[in-house]
Amino acid sequence: MVNIQSVKSPVRADERGQEADHPTSQVALFGADQPLQLDCGIDLAPFQIAYQTYGTLNADKSNAILVCHALTGDQHVANPHPVTGKPGWWETLVGPGKALDTERYFIISSNVLGGCMGSTGPASTNPATGKLWGLDFPVITIPDMVRAQAMLIDRLGIDQLFSVVGGSMGGMQTLQWTAAYPKRVFSALAVACSTRHSAQNIAFHELGRQAVMADPDWRGGRYFEEGTHPHRGLGVARMAAHITYLSDAALHRKFGRRMQDRDLPTFSFDADFQVESYLRYQGSSFVERFDANSYLYLTRAMDYFDIAADHNGVLAEAFRDTQTRFCLMSFTSDWLFPTSESRAVVHALNAGGVRVSFAEIETDKGHDAFLLDVPEFLDIASAFLDSAASVRGLPTTGK
Amino acid sequence: MSAEQQILPLVTPAPRGTEIYRGDHLLVAGMIERGSKVLDVGCGDGDLLQLLESRGIDGRGIELSREGVNRCVGKGLAVVQGDADTDLINYPNDAFDYVILSQTLQATRQPRVVLENLLRIGRRAIVSFPNFGFWKMRLQLLVGGHMPRTENLPATWYDTPNIHFCTIKDFVQLCDEINVKMERAVALDLYGRPLRLNAPWWFLNMFGEQGVFLLSRAAR
Repeated sequence: MVNIQSVKSPVRADERGQEADHPTSQVALFGADQPLQLDCGIDLAPFQIAYQTYGTLNADKSNAILVCHALTGDQHVANPHPVTGKPGWWETLVGPGKALDTERYFIISSNVLGGCMGSTGPASTNPATGKLWGLDFPVITIPDMVRAQAMLIDRLGIDQLFSVVGGSMGGMQTLQWTAAYPKRVFSALAVACSTRHSAQNIAFHELGRQAVMADPDWRGGRYFEEGTHPHRGLGVARMAAHITYLSDAALHRKFGRRMQDRDLPTFSFDADFQVESYLRYQGSSFVERFDANSYLYLTRAMDYFDIAADHNGVLAEAFRDTQTRFCLMSFTSDWLFPTSESRAVVHALNAGGVRVSFAEIETDKGHDAFLLDVPEFLDIASAFLDSAASVRGLPTTGK
Repeated sequence: MSAEQQILPLVTPAPRGTEIYRGDHLLVAGMIERGSKVLDVGCGDGDLLQLLESRGIDGRGIELSREGVNRCVGKGLAVVQGDADTDLINYPNDAFDYVILSQTLQATRQPRVVLENLLRIGRRAIVSFPNFGFWKMRLQLLVGGHMPRTENLPATWYDTPNIHFCTIKDFVQLCDEINVKMERAVALDLYGRPLRLNAPWWFLNMFGEQGVFLLSRAAR
């Protein structure tokens, strides 16, 4: 890729925020001559998109798959995370011989616009002021994120993606791709998602945002300059959100009412129960790697998402006569994006005459199931992509 | 990409040597032109859809059981989980060239409404069902005095999903009632072989183990 300007810099994992401007990833820079037109009416320029790639792009550039990440994910799909050192977040799905086989496909994953891992967002430096964007960053939408991704795909010289794949907010981006650029998406795999955010989900996001903003260390979003960070607020937001990613059955199976390192209650507000200790850990580890303002912006983008609203309220209009092959999956115990949401999308796709497969996977792992080793989900993802590959004339596993 | 590219037959899932297509599936597939857009309602494990796709037909499916759907999607077929009784309403008029209801009519709650929906969604419908007028059925009820069970319908009366059995004669009467035109009617014997074409209705109703009908909307 000759025309990609790569910026590499040494990682300083102790300083969160370093990754925001100088990520441990390839970076596509878009100058003042290539502004990103945002839904709020602002032209954003310059801006940058940080991305990872795996595998090799074939000669006719027909084997590229874009992986879209969820709310708190990033571009580090299948490599150790530069800040936490943990394995890539979708290594169940992406890698040699996996459903997204890096030996056959060219996998691209970019940090979303508004993220904090190298794509321009509130944690990035605003070149006009030399200060961090903070709340001066314009409010963005899922279509804005996808528009930025499309500019990256243009930059990579790829006309049509073999597939766009994502779960949760990544699934929203996937569906937005098919609605906005139907001819550029040969197949789409959207998991545990919807074409619109429900009132309940907006409510949970509002809870999280209020927790962040209620933390005195948030300082109206200028915590970087004041040397603080709203650890507690963001931690509470993460704890609340994390409950919605699980299920009653999964929590019961993992923790029940078991005590944490003790046999009797302490008659205090310590984390007596294992489930409390687990949630506290989830909250505190999250704040180490995620920017609080970025969390506000990305949850807002999800809240605003409603594909039908952009098509006179008729979802089927968004997908009419698209040639993209769709596969949707939901999980029985997911109450954040329940099966009924996927089914509504399927009905709209059917009404539009679109080729769609839909499977509901039985699991007690809740919304998070798309990130976990759920064999039926992984098998179906693999079979769907394999059949699409054979139609596209790409190598298949031969299973 | 053109529409034609989308309906190319799948290369990988060529039938394994041991698999032989069912007689009624071959008969149904023979009624459909290459390039047609087809919805298979109650597509089970997707055997018929695979046969159709191998013949260059753009096949889609609905299946009630989660296991069936997941096996179909696992074969790369475009199948969604759904119920013939409640979900056909979500499909627009004239969405398909053919809508197939294979061995499923007797398991629906409202066969008449389902049949009307088939011919609303598709320009033609292909319906196959077990014939309760088959001589073995009659004999079991007449001589045995118990609800019939056959090789193809082995379930007992108390755990069968089949709640609306009919005979070929009954079905023909329903088609007349709701103004449906029968373009082709074929009865198959116990081994899935078609009975002779010029046989009278009473003969088909007695010796057909199942009926396969190609239907279209009658001119009003």
